[in-house]
Amino acid sequence: MKKLINDPEQVVNESIEGFAAAHRDQVTAHFDPTWVVRNDAPVPGKVGIVSGGGSGHEPLHAGFIGPGMLDAACPGEVFTSPVPDQMQPATKAVDGGAGVLHIVKNYTGDVANFEMAAELAEAEGTRVRSVVIDDDVAVQDSSFTAGRRGVGGTVLAEKILGAAADKGYDLDQCADLLERVNNQVRSMGMALTPCTVPQAGEPTFELEEHEMEIGIGIHGEPGRERMPLESADAITQRLVNAVVEDLPFRRGDEVLLFVNGMGATPLMELYIVYRAAERLLADHGITVVRNLVGDYITSLEMAGASVTLLKMDDELTQLWDAPVKTPGLRWGM
Amino acid sequence: MPIDAAVVTAAVRSCADVIAEHRHELTKLDSAIGDADHGTNLHRGFQAALVRLPDPGDALPADVLKAVSMALVSKVGGASGPLYGTAFLRAAGAVDGAEHLDASQVADALAAALAGVQQRGKAELGDKTIVDALSPAVDAARASVDAGGGAREALRAAADAAAEGAEATIPLVARKGRASYLGERSAGHKDPGATSTTLLIQTLAEQEGCEA
Repeated sequence: MKKLINDPEQVVNESIEGFAAAHRDQVTAHFDPTWVVRNDAPVPGKVGIVSGGGSGHEPLHAGFIGPGMLDAACPGEVFTSPVPDQMQPATKAVDGGAGVLHIVKNYTGDVANFEMAAELAEAEGTRVRSVVIDDDVAVQDSSFTAGRRGVGGTVLAEKILGAAADKGYDLDQCADLLERVNNQVRSMGMALTPCTVPQAGEPTFELEEHEMEIGIGIHGEPGRERMPLESADAITQRLVNAVVEDLPFRRGDEVLLFVNGMGATPLMELYIVYRAAERLLADHGITVVRNLVGDYITSLEMAGASVTLLKMDDELTQLWDAPVKTPGLRWGM
Repeated sequence: MPIDAAVVTAAVRSCADVIAEHRHELTKLDSAIGDADHGTNLHRGFQAALVRLPDPGDALPADVLKAVSMALVSKVGGASGPLYGTAFLRAAGAVDGAEHLDASQVADALAAALAGVQQRGKAELGDKTIVDALSPAVDAARASVDAGGGAREALRAAADAAAEGAEATIPLVARKGRASYLGERSAGHKDPGATSTTLLIQTLAEQEGCEA
């Protein structure tokens, strides 16, 4: 294992300390239990937006704290769900009287811990609604699995819900909107190389030089299939087709196209994927009206990319365009 | 000796010892079909529980169980934290107010733990989870009590049923939790959660003082 760290046991704490120091004008970090909150929380009358999950996906989630996006985030250990002790103070701190929305990625641990946190917060008098994101088409959604994983769609959901809360949507409207976003967003990822959890010290799986894993999760979980490496255009076609066929997106649809890097893929390569994806969508009669390209939901130093499509309409486009000012995403302010 | 707060406290200490002893084995089971942290996480949780145990002199069995629940929820993380945390919380609720537990209350506590785990995890029998050990354990404990058995007999019956249930998870395809992403590839491995549940119930069955 070759990493720029001091102590495998301290990576999350030391990283959050550095993050909070670099952005001290905007966020404050609390430790033991660990949670990060915007400095001006709670915003009176606004629905508080809280998310969280295992660390190792930076800038998700703490990097998206700030006006127009999240009010607080709860980082767990690397690839490990946070615990209710973290969500409880975060939820309380961002309740400006309009309740708090939890944005939860669909993993058994995340869902169970956020569920307990919501029950505890409700018992203390904070209204909480919780919506689970499950946009990964690589996992078959059936009663025979834990269901689809929450991946790239989470970034888009956090941006859109942050804007909605700023605009004055109430808690139920926020929860309804989040469900709608989740229903019309789909993602699919692939990996060229595995990643290594610092505490584990060994890669989560092995890939030969000429191999790739299609349908990868964001924790190095297995994907749909392992196959010989192909060109960027061919790989993009696999990802885009899997996503388009799933929703199903239709001719005439307008979409937000999000090409995400898994952590170790150069932006140069992500734009090669974007180029191919936009052309493929045009062939399907689908118009890209907004886009996002870069490392936003990563998997440590994994090389690879994911493609996310969100079906857009006027409301979602307006919310996407609204100003946002966070360490990880910023425009309009 | 009645099963009072002191006996329950001693049982929690024994459980912490057993988890410490078997943590590498549990983590190894988890690395085959999960994310290789079950033993490590559960060990961390039980060590935290030891620190939070109330003084058995002025506590009820439910207080001890509640303290364990809170420690597990706070420190275990992943899916097993809320699942085991809920199990202990519901067990505490089932014996709320009691100074000592009789055999029937022990069976009630196990049944409440199972109901909590199922509500939290939405798992059914055969999904390759904790439920596959805990559910037969509850049935066996209840049957033993109904047949006039004491707490020791009920817990021994529960432990045997749990062990059998855990073994029976080996050929199963996981339908809940991270192992379910593996689909057919999850078959052929014993479920770590069912294994740790069995270890805990076996420990209770051998605990000194569980004679009521």
